[in-house]
Amino acid sequence: MIAESMYQELILEHYKHPQGRGLREPYDAEVHHVNPTCGDEITMRVKLGDGGKVEDVSYDGQGCSISQAAASVLYDLATGSTADETLSVVDEFTRLMQGRGQVEPDEDVLGDAVAFAGVAKFPARVKCALLAWMAYKDAVVRSQA
Amino acid sequence: MSLPSFDVERIRKDFPILSRELPGGRPLIYLDSGNSSQKPTQVIEAMREHLALHYSNVGRALHALGTESTDAYEGARDKVAAFVGAPSRDEIVFTKNASEALNLVAYAFGNPVNTDPRFQMGPGDEIVISEMEHHSNIVPWQLLAQRTGATLRWFGVTDEGRLDLSTLDELVNERTKIVSIAHQSNVLGTVNPVADVLARVRETGALLMLDASQSVPHHPVDVAALGADFVAFTGHKMVGPSGIGGLWGRAELLAAMPPFLGGGEMIEAVWMDRSTYAPIPHKFEAGTPPIVEAVGLGAAVDYLSSIGMDAIEAHERQITAYALEAVREVPGLRLIGPGDLANRGGTLSFTLEGVHPHDVGQILDDVFGIAVRVGHHCARPLHLRFGIPATTRASFYLYTTTDEVDALIKGLHHVQKVFG
Repeated sequence: MIAESMYQELILEHYKHPQGRGLREPYDAEVHHVNPTCGDEITMRVKLGDGGKVEDVSYDGQGCSISQAAASVLYDLATGSTADETLSVVDEFTRLMQGRGQVEPDEDVLGDAVAFAGVAKFPARVKCALLAWMAYKDAVVRSQA
Repeated sequence: MSLPSFDVERIRKDFPILSRELPGGRPLIYLDSGNSSQKPTQVIEAMREHLALHYSNVGRALHALGTESTDAYEGARDKVAAFVGAPSRDEIVFTKNASEALNLVAYAFGNPVNTDPRFQMGPGDEIVISEMEHHSNIVPWQLLAQRTGATLRWFGVTDEGRLDLSTLDELVNERTKIVSIAHQSNVLGTVNPVADVLARVRETGALLMLDASQSVPHHPVDVAALGADFVAFTGHKMVGPSGIGGLWGRAELLAAMPPFLGGGEMIEAVWMDRSTYAPIPHKFEAGTPPIVEAVGLGAAVDYLSSIGMDAIEAHERQITAYALEAVREVPGLRLIGPGDLANRGGTLSFTLEGVHPHDVGQILDDVFGIAVRVGHHCARPLHLRFGIPATTRASFYLYTTTDEVDALIKGLHHVQKVFG
């Protein structure tokens, strides 16, 4: 019954009611990432403002509840922060996901993203959770270039 | 039709894995036989015994073990030949799997070594496949078209999941060199109308290949009666081990084809600048073959024959009828494939509204111990045809019970509750 604990209420809420979904203008960079093993995909746009402030993260894609909810949670966390702040959250999230369930998540850094801690116990699903976050990191780096 | 002699509980006892528990005390409910089947004790023991007592290389060793091992390996060929109704044992080529069998035939075309006009291929020639093929019956032909400049064409699939024959006469024409289609779809369960396609193929002088990976394990298949030119199948889906499969081809065609892989045992004589080749089937079996796996496949067809392919087919038909009825009661479930029993096997692929197949599979496995396959099942073009990225697939076999179908339905209701 460990999978049930993976499907936290917060994840299911974001899956059913995704935040910030849909591609919007203007944007500095757009990336398209796919997960070839399961077919999940995401297109993500990032708009940075003065002082590296993240003005908008917009996305569209298809995939399982984990991949889609991860994009929605990312939107909530990123908008309003600075690019550098969010990249350190991405690093912490990546560390948690790749920790095989052995990493104690830093809730102060991760906020709602801590709900994905259970996913780390399922190696086959880690890439689902990371899809949007890796796309975001890629888009931010391109926006800053 | 009920067959009193078919005792599924007795059959299940032959498969040790079916009585194991998964972590957390979950029972195993294995509904992924279309992916790979489980193995009975008879197969496991035959392989163990060969390794323990009879193993040595085949063909080239003159000592006692060489004779025993060769007899077992070639004996497996006799068994497989009889099992699929091959007119001659020499028409059975052992391959690694069905993919290798399909590639072997594809590489015969457009090969500069080849002199037979039936296997010559270039711009203007056509290859015909279908939209419901497994990638293993798509990619080898794409590669062939790229090598030779030939044109790749394909049958469409109807909304019901049947081969669309409305274009048959135009699609298969005098430019067609080879038609290669699934005997039974690994996603839809559809059994294709081979006779209809074959009649047109014979009018045009093309050749017909069948990917029978999903039919040979589940139905009595007689290659002579089917009338095709090549039939590919694989051991691991028919209670045999992985690493062994088969190609049946008409002797006259196999003899006319150029070799595929070069190496030991496929030769007659070798000089530094040229070679002559062994007669079929050994011409296509370069190198030390999967000896123990072939012995295992021989034991697998013995096992299936001891139960009877008619009885296995009838059992799966009962299970499929039961499952087709049961899935109708699941709200939001869309079956991808024929909803009736006519010309279909025990493979049910479906989508659940609002729930991604990976989430369906995860909960079925983790909560109920139900093993299904999720994704595109190596048939991405077919999923694109239906406008979906993935499906959940339950596939049945001789050891599947109605209780297991009930567990699947219960599991699907639970999945819907989680995502409701």
